[in-house]
Amino acid sequence: MDFTYTEEQQMLADTVGRFVADAYTLEARRALVTSKLGFSQEYWQQFAEMGLLGLAVPEEHGGLNATPAEIFIVMHAFGRGLVLEPYLSTAIVGAQLLAQAGTEAQKSAWLPAIVEGSKRVALATFEPSARFDLVQIDTRAEKTGAGYVLNGRKAVVLHGDSADGLIVSARTSGSSREPQGVSLFLIDARAAGVEVQGFPNIDGQRSAEVTLKNVQVGTDALVGSIGAGFAPLEHALDFGLAALCAEAVGCMEQIIEMTAEYLRTRQQFGKPIGTFQALQHRVADMAIATEQARSAALLAASQSTNANAAERRRAISAAKAMIGRSGRLVGQCAIQLHGGMGMTDELSVGHYFKRLTCIDMTWGNVEHHTEAFGEFL
Amino acid sequence: MQLQDTPEDIAFRAEVREFVIANLPTDIRDRVLGFQRVEREDYVRWQKILHKRGWGAPGWPKEFGGTGWNARQRTIFEEECFTNGAPRQMPFGLSMVGPVIIAFGSPEQQRRHLPRIVSMDDWWCQGYSEPGSGSDLASLSTRAERRGDRYIVNGQKTWTSFAHWANWFFCLVRTSTQGKPQQGISFLLIDMATPGLKVKPIRTLDQGHDVNEVFLDNVEVPVENLVGQENQGWTIAKYLLGHERANIAGIGMCKRLLRRLKEYARTETKRGRPLIEDPRFRDRVARMEIDVLSHEWSLMRMISLQQAGQKVDVEASILKIRGSEIQQELGELLMECAGPYALPYLPQALELGYTGPTAGGAHLNGLAAQYFDLRKVSIYGGTNEVQKNIISKSVLGL
Repeated sequence: MDFTYTEEQQMLADTVGRFVADAYTLEARRALVTSKLGFSQEYWQQFAEMGLLGLAVPEEHGGLNATPAEIFIVMHAFGRGLVLEPYLSTAIVGAQLLAQAGTEAQKSAWLPAIVEGSKRVALATFEPSARFDLVQIDTRAEKTGAGYVLNGRKAVVLHGDSADGLIVSARTSGSSREPQGVSLFLIDARAAGVEVQGFPNIDGQRSAEVTLKNVQVGTDALVGSIGAGFAPLEHALDFGLAALCAEAVGCMEQIIEMTAEYLRTRQQFGKPIGTFQALQHRVADMAIATEQARSAALLAASQSTNANAAERRRAISAAKAMIGRSGRLVGQCAIQLHGGMGMTDELSVGHYFKRLTCIDMTWGNVEHHTEAFGEFL
Repeated sequence: MQLQDTPEDIAFRAEVREFVIANLPTDIRDRVLGFQRVEREDYVRWQKILHKRGWGAPGWPKEFGGTGWNARQRTIFEEECFTNGAPRQMPFGLSMVGPVIIAFGSPEQQRRHLPRIVSMDDWWCQGYSEPGSGSDLASLSTRAERRGDRYIVNGQKTWTSFAHWANWFFCLVRTSTQGKPQQGISFLLIDMATPGLKVKPIRTLDQGHDVNEVFLDNVEVPVENLVGQENQGWTIAKYLLGHERANIAGIGMCKRLLRRLKEYARTETKRGRPLIEDPRFRDRVARMEIDVLSHEWSLMRMISLQQAGQKVDVEASILKIRGSEIQQELGELLMECAGPYALPYLPQALELGYTGPTAGGAHLNGLAAQYFDLRKVSIYGGTNEVQKNIISKSVLGL
């Protein structure tokens, strides 16, 4: 094992880190959050120019076919700046899923477009009553002469309202909680019968409720084999979860630095409040939690491309549970240590706390992943 | 970043595992894995087996009889030894006074002491804490006065682990009261057979006897037993604390406790089903295994930093805190596995050769005692609160 960055990895970290520090001032971010798109199309193009949109794309489709280490580095930097662009949905989960399970036609049509920044995708899989249960899929795809007809509803589709294509899971056979019979479809987000209702999330990102009413798709929309979509779906989501963990570590590091700075400068009782041991020990607790989180995120990265589902799932659930616990502790302590100022929208610390909280509640929280990990005891 | 073990690491792990399984005497293994008392003779016997294989001093350079292994190999070695039921290698010689003698000792001290540490012909113990000097170690007051070619040592040390088994004692003593307290401390090696040295046992919560008080009454120590320079003792003590940081994580013990917990959670029952199937208990076990996994990766990360030549003070403090907390929580869950059978306790049932009855079975007899005994791990080696001071000072830059 070696956790030090290679020269190229250090360059990547520096480049993305610099971009995020310059582009993501609190004011700039605030303006983007309230814009119609919810992020910056200009930044998206810059991601493309930096090659970031092709990290998870194979070289034959114009990508870089990077390792999980590079994805860790980029997502970590995005966490430090609370980046809003739908990178996770398109460049991580979408690209991985299409690269792994897509037909040659789908790969040629979508992957180069993703790499150059002209197309975005989102994963529409979880359903309103399923909470975080990935296998509870009731959306139906009925076979017709020319293809399939899709009916159902997809909940909290991350970055769904800015996507050109939706990767939708639907049942072609089997009953609600069976992995068998789940099929994946790549559909045009503007196709007839697709209703995408966007919402702002509390952390400034966006999601959508997606309703499918008699959506007609051809057989060429099918991603992977009929009825065998669950395994690639699960793998793509695990790949995304590992990336989310890396983002969370970036958030936590940034929060600690901000909190340390506040404790050095804020004076009460005639001295910096950082000199008080009760507060110092909270800072230590934050550092300890962040250290565990970083370890967990690297464990997740190391297993994120493992084709052995049991080994991969075990590591990913361990990491996501640890990230959730750590993020909650770090965020809550940071607000407490900032006192009343921590409660204000004016300071960025609260925005990081909100992002960490939303990361925990994305694709399975602490409870969900602790339970999932328990299957492997 | 290289996030997988190398093929060499994997092969090394297999080699160590095979050796331990083939060469660890089964009576020792059963006692260790059954959480019975391990005797002095058990530790020595296992150490001599390792020594014969050339693995007696995993952390030492080759020229002094060590293995020359890198830090990753050492943690693999520790993990495999622990999980396969080997007794721990006593740290007092190998990880404490040994590295000090290597770094600061005279050639004569090196010749005399190092080989007998690796072969465990000598058993060392540590004289640091005193009744009035715990976390504030530099305030220690045991005096050593130079008279001709000897020091006359007077004072009292405490919490000395295995002093009753040891024949050598390394000791911090005050040789000067000038300047700051740290500046008047020296590092002495004392033969336990010297007249005036007396060991008195301290009974702990588990009714066990590991730690002692050591009284020094006009103990005469030849000056050639001074390590380094007079009044250089604090520097040496700090070096010792900074050495072998990987040990601090207690990863082997964490894994051994976790394995035992999972085993007991399968054999003990609740409402007729294995305890592990109870969702409440299962979640707690899952949480602990997640903690151990993350802790293990934190240790590997620290090792990677060390190998890259970076300072790891904060990382080591974090590992100390997490390692001790994890051991304590595992000990707590293990006790809870016993349910009502956590109550009856026969200390003598932990001793070698006990064949009498126990209330709930020999495997449950010691679990509450272990829970109580594990409260020590967040106190020794720098309390967790002192570690938090170190961490926060670094994070805050104050």
